[in-house]
Amino acid sequence: MTDQAYNFAYLDEDTKRMIRRAILKGVAVPGYQVPFASREMPMPYGWGTGGVQVTAACLTPDDVLKVIDQGADDTTNAVSIRKFFVATAGVAVTEATADATIIQTRHRIPEAQLTAGQILVYQVPIPEPLRFLEPRETETRKMHELEEYGLMHVKLYEDIAKHGQIATSYAYPVRVEGRYVMDPSPIPKFDNPKLSGNAALQLFGAGREQRIYAVPPFTHVVSLDFDDHPFSPSKANHACDLCASNTSYLDEVITDDQGGRMFVCSDTDYCATRRAAGHVGALGTPQAAGKAAQ
Amino acid sequence: MIEIENLCKSFTLHNQNAAVIPVMAGANLAVARGECVGLIGASGAGKSTLMRMVWGNYLAASGSIYVGNVDVVTASPRQIIALRRDTLGYVSQFLRVVPRVPTLDVVAEPLLNLGVPADTARARAAELLARLNIPQRLWELSPTTFSGGEQQRVNIARGFAHPFPALLLDEPTASLDAANREVVLGLIEEAKARGAAILGIFHDEGARDRVCDRLIDVRAFTPKAAA
Amino acid sequence: MTDLSHTFAAAADKPLLQVKSLTKRYGARIGCADISFDVYPGEVLGIVGESGSGKSTLLSCLAGHMRPDQGEVIFETATGPRDTVQMGEAERRRLARTDWAYVHQNPRDGLRMGVSAGGNVGERLMAIGARHYGGIRDKAIDWLGRVEIDAGRVDDRPSAFSGGMQQRLQIARNLVTAPRLVFMDEPTGGLDVSVQARLLDLLRGLVREMGLSAIIVTHDLAVVRLLADRLMVMKGGHVVEAGLTDQVLDDPQHEYTQLLVSSVLQV
Repeated sequence: MTDQAYNFAYLDEDTKRMIRRAILKGVAVPGYQVPFASREMPMPYGWGTGGVQVTAACLTPDDVLKVIDQGADDTTNAVSIRKFFVATAGVAVTEATADATIIQTRHRIPEAQLTAGQILVYQVPIPEPLRFLEPRETETRKMHELEEYGLMHVKLYEDIAKHGQIATSYAYPVRVEGRYVMDPSPIPKFDNPKLSGNAALQLFGAGREQRIYAVPPFTHVVSLDFDDHPFSPSKANHACDLCASNTSYLDEVITDDQGGRMFVCSDTDYCATRRAAGHVGALGTPQAAGKAAQ
Repeated sequence: MIEIENLCKSFTLHNQNAAVIPVMAGANLAVARGECVGLIGASGAGKSTLMRMVWGNYLAASGSIYVGNVDVVTASPRQIIALRRDTLGYVSQFLRVVPRVPTLDVVAEPLLNLGVPADTARARAAELLARLNIPQRLWELSPTTFSGGEQQRVNIARGFAHPFPALLLDEPTASLDAANREVVLGLIEEAKARGAAILGIFHDEGARDRVCDRLIDVRAFTPKAAA
Repeated sequence: MTDLSHTFAAAADKPLLQVKSLTKRYGARIGCADISFDVYPGEVLGIVGESGSGKSTLLSCLAGHMRPDQGEVIFETATGPRDTVQMGEAERRRLARTDWAYVHQNPRDGLRMGVSAGGNVGERLMAIGARHYGGIRDKAIDWLGRVEIDAGRVDDRPSAFSGGMQQRLQIARNLVTAPRLVFMDEPTGGLDVSVQARLLDLLRGLVREMGLSAIIVTHDLAVVRLLADRLMVMKGGHVVEAGLTDQVLDDPQHEYTQLLVSSVLQV
């Protein structure tokens, strides 16, 4: 295809070593944003360069890679990144969560419970949870250093004052091991509970902002809230129309111009697995012959 | 209660060729409890100056001013503040107030500063204002818009709110009509009766004769031109 | 409310703040030189001087915004007297959020313009661990009332407030944690005269009611006459005269003080 051979997973070995050092630092200090020398990647900033660099640094030839975007394996971005690693690393790829050793994700945590030995790599746009309240990097670094997190609760206060409840529905801030406040990337708050006590290693990469952070396996992660407005991981009050799951996070799909809609599991592999096991939703056909209109 | 010994003062006007103006030398004066001493002397002779020195508003060059057992001349600012709060009252010629504060609160302030509960303080203030014929409808207004006479009466009410053991009164009956003058003289007599030492300046001879036990002419303390 | 006589009696003997030989240079120039003074509980100290007198430098050094070249700033903390100059940054910042308050001349420097009034007032509470939304909001509304801001504006941003309102909001934001020492830098600068009067009156009331100590830096003598118990006059980085406010203003001894006092226009 090209007339040059790629180094394994595109990045040179020294770069991967540098990224691994940053990852180790992140694992040693859970939730702390470690600066790293983010490289120019063959996709623009905002398209997952941070996640790609973390994945590239972690990959070994024996790994099995899964890439999802908003839970789906077959969207443009997921397909592009998966093909990128096939071309540059030649690793095996899969859509089955249970079979993957590394899962790179944009904005969702898979429904299936992850196991020890799996790595979940998150793509992060803005790593700093305080950024929109305190634009100065010098000040936010001080706040993390000195554990001055009053401002984080101001953000939640503002939500309640404006909307009557904490309206933050994604990128909901969390406190890691009682120390660092972290932005879990724009995952829906429904996914927040899965951050805590997870058997997998969770790594977060922000390419444009040049930060890596980590949540080691079985780490205690708590979503911030008020005593009288406790955190609630909400989702649409509906079951999946294809597989009838009541517990998975749903996408709302508009099906026609009359406003007809259906709710479908956002996690495509999860939905497919359930349908293969015989579960059928309100609008599904028995034995999933293919995916419904997405 | 008030004892002044060998008090001297001069003003040095640095910005006018360092002109030195001696205004007082060798002032001696004592006011016992229950006594009212009146200062007399022509305008500019030093009556107000002496009073301001007792109050701590003017610095003395030398000598001593004992109010109780505090020497105002050598006292620290904090000691003077404490003295003014607990022991020494001053009714000046002019009412100087913070804008917006209602008359009732202006009069109650010395008591509030002493930690007296607000209702008690205001009740006492109301009592005095009524006695001094300030109409009740004015009590919630700031005295800055009152007439000269009304302001003076508010000033007096404030000065008499707390039963100070020592009082300085600068022209307390000026700009008052006969009825109100009578009230003020009554207040002074009551203060004397409870043992207050009062030093006062009264241009009104009738008032002077009525309440002053002794008169002191401050011209005796004017530095001789040669000295 | 509070029986202040007890406060005076009990704490009166111990200074809340002791400043010793504070010096700050800018290269060869003197910012402020060899400044020493004490501030007692419940006392308001005014520092006056014209531009370049060193008063703002002094205030910045006292409040921990700048590090002095020499000297000590000893504050009576809950655990005893501590030299704040030697304190670690974390501790000094915590002090600045709890026991101390700083009112900036320009309220925009002391407020978060993108956060609602309630959020601004509540921030210090949340910073020290308040976690009950209803409670925080109630306290914020209470404080807005105390600084005469209509409770209905609790969710409005300060960018929608007038200058005087912003300044009052800044004061509420600072006082909500009942600090013991308040630093004020030209608190009425830039405000209309009538607004100034209202603000000064408010400050006086709060200082007295809460038994605060305050250090107020200003070039406006009317402000110190109204608010300060004691006064320090600064020129060229040095204190040229100090004493009782009314005494310094009515019977100034130093040449510069006399010049300052005589320059004030009588209205």
